[in-house]
Amino acid sequence: MSSLCAFSASFASPRLMVLFLKEAAMRIDADNMHYRELNARIREAVAAGETHLDLVNVNGQRYLGDGIQGAVEMVVHGVPGNDLGAFMDGPTIRVRGNAQDAVANTMNAGRILVEGDAGDVLGYGMRGGELFVRGRVGYRVGIHMKAFRDKMPVVIVGGTAGDFLSEYMAGGLLIVLGLDRRKGEPLVGEWCATGMHGGALYLRGAIEEWRVASKFAAVRPAEDKDLAGIRPHVSAFCEAFGLDEAAIMQEEFLKIAPISHRPYGAKYAA
Amino acid sequence: MTATREGADTRRATASTRTVRAPLYRPSDFRWVHDVERCARCKRCVQQCGFNAIRWEDGPVADPAKCVGCHRCEVFCPQEAITISPNPQYFRPHPLWTESHRKNLWVQAETGGVLLTGMGNDLPYPILWDHLLLDACQVTNPSIDPLREPMELRTFLGRRPDQVEVTITEEGVRLATEIAPGLELETPILFAAMSYGSISLNAQKAIALAAEECGIYWNTGEGGLHEDLKPYAHRAFVQCASGRFGVTADYLNSGAAIEIKIGQGAKPGIGGHLPGEKVSPQVSETRMIPVGSDALSPAPQHDIYSIEDLRQLIYALKEASNYEKPVSVKIAAVHNVAAIASGIVRAGADILYIDGFRGGTGAAPTTIRDHLGIPIEIALAVVDQQLREEGIRNQASIIAAGGIRSSADAAKAIALGADAVAVGTGALLALGCTLCQRCYTGRCSWGITTQDPVLTRRLDPYLGSRRLINLIRAWSAELEEILGAMGVNAVESLRGSRERLRAVGLDRTTLDILGVKPAGVGA
Repeated sequence: MSSLCAFSASFASPRLMVLFLKEAAMRIDADNMHYRELNARIREAVAAGETHLDLVNVNGQRYLGDGIQGAVEMVVHGVPGNDLGAFMDGPTIRVRGNAQDAVANTMNAGRILVEGDAGDVLGYGMRGGELFVRGRVGYRVGIHMKAFRDKMPVVIVGGTAGDFLSEYMAGGLLIVLGLDRRKGEPLVGEWCATGMHGGALYLRGAIEEWRVASKFAAVRPAEDKDLAGIRPHVSAFCEAFGLDEAAIMQEEFLKIAPISHRPYGAKYAA
Repeated sequence: MTATREGADTRRATASTRTVRAPLYRPSDFRWVHDVERCARCKRCVQQCGFNAIRWEDGPVADPAKCVGCHRCEVFCPQEAITISPNPQYFRPHPLWTESHRKNLWVQAETGGVLLTGMGNDLPYPILWDHLLLDACQVTNPSIDPLREPMELRTFLGRRPDQVEVTITEEGVRLATEIAPGLELETPILFAAMSYGSISLNAQKAIALAAEECGIYWNTGEGGLHEDLKPYAHRAFVQCASGRFGVTADYLNSGAAIEIKIGQGAKPGIGGHLPGEKVSPQVSETRMIPVGSDALSPAPQHDIYSIEDLRQLIYALKEASNYEKPVSVKIAAVHNVAAIASGIVRAGADILYIDGFRGGTGAAPTTIRDHLGIPIEIALAVVDQQLREEGIRNQASIIAAGGIRSSADAAKAIALGADAVAVGTGALLALGCTLCQRCYTGRCSWGITTQDPVLTRRLDPYLGSRRLINLIRAWSAELEEILGAMGVNAVESLRGSRERLRAVGLDRTTLDILGVKPAGVGA
């Protein structure tokens, strides 16, 4: 790759160079490959200075991008296995398909774009970066999400979400857009915001009050300043998936925020 | 407060779920006696008390209700003018309603809250270590003098291969089997997991310095790794638990081993909960959460509901660290511990850390600490047995913790099947702790379990580490003495050798579970 890089540096137009680099993305065929070998290859490639990886024929291999650091772009063709981008710190992963459970587990920085649906426990303990899922997601999305200083994790779900959304959420931003809802399909499942003590959850559309754990969080219509805050993120989401931002932002949003940063403070006999 | 207002409060309490404090006057636990003749009026006692139990009114005046009996004022009084003793209150004796039951109930009647406590279980359950005795040599099997002979305490933790293959060439014999990453300890003792947040940075630093000096390991607990302690990370188990505090790829790769914390002996099935007021700017930095926010680390890791899920996290951590670090799984000793341990080993753990019900805690509900879990002696025996029967004992090392008080306990644990023991409460005692059990208040007068800078600076990490180093050296020397008396020159020869243990005063069933013969039965 190093010789190609040297060659690309001679291109006069920066735009052309980018195109060239994209063309030259390193291709790894994951067909019938165990995750351990696949991930070892990815780590080797990144260590060797590769910045663009195309993973083709991915079929359930776990831990893709696990612990990878730096400005690396990966495109996953197929369905990656659980823990996609776990402990990841910087890279961008685009999944041209569905993803499974535990995407962005404890992710520190970076960006994961899933063009299809994704499973349960997404963004567990996520501290920074973005997770955009175009389709639907399962249970326990955004559990233990945290914000710290300049780190502000953002999870945006294009479709609907399952039970225990934003459970134990301690920081960051979680948005559910509810696009392409089937008739009667709820926007979120039950027990939403259980244990939530930080961050904010936005829902595009209405929900029944009983779905939200009122002991922990309060639901109210999003105000203009709230919408101004989420707009850049929704805009990035729309850009990533080719959606109409104006149409999406036209709908009413609900904001769900924690009542207390100390949810269990009064429980003890101190 | 007038009677009318009190009445109004009570009515409100019934109407809402909010608890209203209902003061109830009760006798204090301690009596604080001060000798006016001896007092130099230096006010040091007032300054030393972390609990604001002593005020100055032309002389020290104590509020016995606030005294926790930590003896800081007594020890630091230059005139030895202070005596703290149990309050010789007289309650009509009652075998069922013991004094502690009555006192606990009164506190709950006053506050309506869950009782909290610190350190390990203080109820008089049988201590099986005290029913086990080690063998010694006489006449037919010579003992070894550790003063003269080299004794081997070096211990390796991690996965061992099922079999070893070698290639023999002209240059010699080479190991052909790939050996999994492991840890080398100079002595079979580690420092138990204690997070920054539950203990002060100075306390953690003292422990880290001592681990480095002694060639053993310390454990970050679930509080992240403070910047100042990064130079000692290569001697640390870095924990990853449900709250994921301070967990990054760099953090995982900085440690010697990565530990998944499932449970803690003092509070099986209960998570960690560092109250917001203890999340100081420094703690916030290390845990990577905002200042003043509750640090919630619930008991279930909601991505782990099965052994398969645990395996997923174990391998996520191995992938994140390029398979260069052993992964440890820490669990509390509970009824089904043997089957759980088997699953953990099969899930890919390299080290299994079992914490018995007497293990310490920075904060736990009293009722949980005192009534849940099983003794480490039993748990260790059944886990070792189960793994042996399944032929997978070599796949993981066992660390036993939760009530190891001395080198003798350590030796007995090793004979029952532990590869090493972890010491938490013992380490804090070495730093000055007097076991007042008020860690959860964050007001530790000894500067150990507090984040108040006025209190934490009382603990000099270098002096503290010296005491810990002394403790580890003393226990190691005693272990050598024990091994010598038993006629073995390596701790490896004692490991899992229950034949070298005999029991006194235990019933048949317990003997069977421990796999130990009663004293009086020969070889």
